[in-house]
Amino acid sequence: MSVVDLSVDLGGIRMKNPVTVASGTFGYGKEYAELIDVSQLGAITVKGIRLQAWPGNPLPRHVEVPGGMVNAIGLQGPGVDGFVRDYMPFLRKTGVPVIVNIWGTSEDEYAEVARRLSDVEGVAGLELNISCPNVKEGGHAFGTDPRTVSALVAAVRRSTRLPLMPKLAPNVPDIKVFVRAAQEAGADALALINTLPAMVVDIEKRRPVLANKVGGLSGAAIHPVAVKLVWEAAQVARVPLLAMGGVMGPEQALEFLIVGATAVAVGTANFIDPSTPLRVLDGIAAYMKRHGMRSVKELTGSLVC
Amino acid sequence: MVDVTSKVLRQRPLNAGYWSLELDAAAIAGQARPGQFVHVRVPGLDQISLRRPFSIFGADEGVLKILYKTVGRGTAEMNRLSPGDPVQVIGPLGNGFPLEPKGLPLLVAGGYGVAPLCFLASRLSRAGVVLVGGRSSDDVLACEDFERMGWTVRVATQDGSRGEKGLVTALLDQELERLRALGETGELYACGPDGMLRAVGDRAIAAGFRGWLSLDKHMVCGVGACLACVQNLRREDGSTWIGRVCHDGPIFESREIIW
Repeated sequence: MSVVDLSVDLGGIRMKNPVTVASGTFGYGKEYAELIDVSQLGAITVKGIRLQAWPGNPLPRHVEVPGGMVNAIGLQGPGVDGFVRDYMPFLRKTGVPVIVNIWGTSEDEYAEVARRLSDVEGVAGLELNISCPNVKEGGHAFGTDPRTVSALVAAVRRSTRLPLMPKLAPNVPDIKVFVRAAQEAGADALALINTLPAMVVDIEKRRPVLANKVGGLSGAAIHPVAVKLVWEAAQVARVPLLAMGGVMGPEQALEFLIVGATAVAVGTANFIDPSTPLRVLDGIAAYMKRHGMRSVKELTGSLVC
Repeated sequence: MVDVTSKVLRQRPLNAGYWSLELDAAAIAGQARPGQFVHVRVPGLDQISLRRPFSIFGADEGVLKILYKTVGRGTAEMNRLSPGDPVQVIGPLGNGFPLEPKGLPLLVAGGYGVAPLCFLASRLSRAGVVLVGGRSSDDVLACEDFERMGWTVRVATQDGSRGEKGLVTALLDQELERLRALGETGELYACGPDGMLRAVGDRAIAAGFRGWLSLDKHMVCGVGACLACVQNLRREDGSTWIGRVCHDGPIFESREIIW
């Protein structure tokens, strides 16, 4: 029996440990099932889903940059009914809570996707994607105005009893305003951060590298930015925080927990080393033992400053 | 599919800028089929660089062989590897070529696209004709390997420095004409730049032969999760879908691809 208690409650999403994966970096779980034991994850967060199937952006959809990558996949996906039919059977078998990232182009669409997922066995919570920089119609447009965040969260709140976790945009002047807006509108938890809006130019062609022209920066480079935002968010948050942004190993995950996160997600690192989430988990447990901690909750918000 | 830490056995220079890297990776080599690829974490790059995909050039007796050209930061670092160095590799990945040709196998290679075709030739039950193309003689690789396996090798270079001057598809036209005159069927397999693949695919369709094309797309995850390397495709009934080159490919039949 483990001497450390790693379990956390992420706003009603009960996780046996604080490590999940970032939406869009882990497909629907089964893509990685041959490479890692996905049943060991605290939760599986799947790629963004809207009401209908969506083709995503033209190629190129990604470019490597120092310290990470810029992507503009554009939320390609099977639509909510296709997701439930084709991917939930495998996900249920893992026994791990499933967090579904949802998006839409209107409040009604978000609410309808949430409603359709409400009674699906195995779905433990919804991450509201209000901050994807790569889709004009939805996503980001909602996430950079606190009034639309508030209205959207309230609308989805009325359509489901599932735990709701809006994923906040990092490129706002004051993250605290968005934390308050989301939790007052009924959010049960908050996820942060999404990718940072970014652009890369091919200087020989003098064209943007990405077909979408702009994309979202992820990877090690954004980690200190994310730590600062999670720290600020934690100062006003009354709901638990799921932190992500450049977790490449246990050290970055521990930083997030220390500044106030309840759980962490591994994103871009999955592409480089698929065993990263399990390495992070082992590293958190080892740290706790080294520091004589019994529960991972002791780590959350333990920053001294 | 496994994620293993392999060891470098040797690094062999081919033509200028081209190298063959041999890795001790029995778990991957034992399962590998021609047309599949591996996803390599290049040591020496910082911990945060993405993996690089490479076609499998050979997989015999536990030795995984890849062929690469030094084109960028990743391949420059690969070039520094010495025997005994550890290299993390995920593989084998992707679907691979079908191995039952209807008629004479005709292989069309552009530059380092020769890699999966050389592995294919070693696993096909009958030898055929391989057409090797490149910009210059430096880009013409592995001809001796095919000859040793009893294949007929024909070469075309754009600058005429080796074989016929011109595009490899001109050689393909000649071979297809020869088969037509003999009333024989063939099966096409190709790997190379998109323009060449499209030209080969068009000729396969026109000749009524199957043409298996190995697409080369920039990849991120390599396992079908990230959707960075997608391709628009057509089913036999005419409906369309978006495939992942890493997971649903990299081999597609000419009629499937919507260019």
